[in-house]
Amino acid sequence: MNPVLDSKVQNAVRPDASWLSLLQVGAKEVFQIMLQTELKELPNAQELTVTGNVTAMIGLAGALCGVMSIRCDSRSAEKMTGRMLGSVGAVDPKDVPDAIAEICNMVAGNFKSKITPLAENCMLSVPTVIRGDDYEMVAVSDGDQITLGLSYDGSPIWFCLAVHS
Amino acid sequence: MKRPRILIVDDSSVMRKIVERSLRQAGLDLGDVVEAGNGIEALAAVREGAFDLILSDINMPAMDGLEFLRQLATVEGAKGTPVVIVTTEGSESRVVEALSIGAKGYLRKPFTPDQIKERVSPLLEVLR
Repeated sequence: MNPVLDSKVQNAVRPDASWLSLLQVGAKEVFQIMLQTELKELPNAQELTVTGNVTAMIGLAGALCGVMSIRCDSRSAEKMTGRMLGSVGAVDPKDVPDAIAEICNMVAGNFKSKITPLAENCMLSVPTVIRGDDYEMVAVSDGDQITLGLSYDGSPIWFCLAVHS
Repeated sequence: MKRPRILIVDDSSVMRKIVERSLRQAGLDLGDVVEAGNGIEALAAVREGAFDLILSDINMPAMDGLEFLRQLATVEGAKGTPVVIVTTEGSESRVVEALSIGAKGYLRKPFTPDQIKERVSPLLEVLR
């Protein structure tokens, strides 16, 4: 018996209109604190396609079931890794997926901590990272999806929350 | 003051580096810093030698931070070692659980060097 997962039945939480801005605040805080970088608005984000050859994903279970993902291009991922580690010059390629996974982990954790019913009743999985030049992310569930596009150092970075119905 | 010997436990090698870097940025004069990727590796490290402070994540594969805390209490010579939990886990009940089984402090990621110093410094005062 897992009390957190058991609580799903009693305390299932559905997305509302505030979640997009909470996700934005949560993501910006992580970048500000851990990368000393400000994420900016991405012009025409709603008209753009979510692309990028690095994706980190983390599962959510409990009062909310779904997947939080972050997607960006590999150059941005390398820059973020360097900022996180305070590196000067090239980063170790082995650190890149680890850094992006940890950013995804922190954004998901920070986001859920801002939604009272989720802070206590939603668990995060260990993150996973996908890299490649040609892939498409498809949410097979018919639940809600929140997509947030922001600009990191002039390049798009996408934060997606796919909620399982 | 004796330079503290520190164990950093996190499945992310990047986060282990960030924790060490933050401790140094906060002005702490560290001695030996040992890293472990999960609770099992951390238990092996504490059996090999004593630490002045342990900073541990909760969500890790193989053995999580809560189980590590439980087992740490059974390791001869490691029982009094202060442990600070450093995690994205925002659940109050898991924090309370960690504190009830021996953690001396809690720090939520993301964190600043000042925040890590605030949690860690009082625990290192005994080394003065």
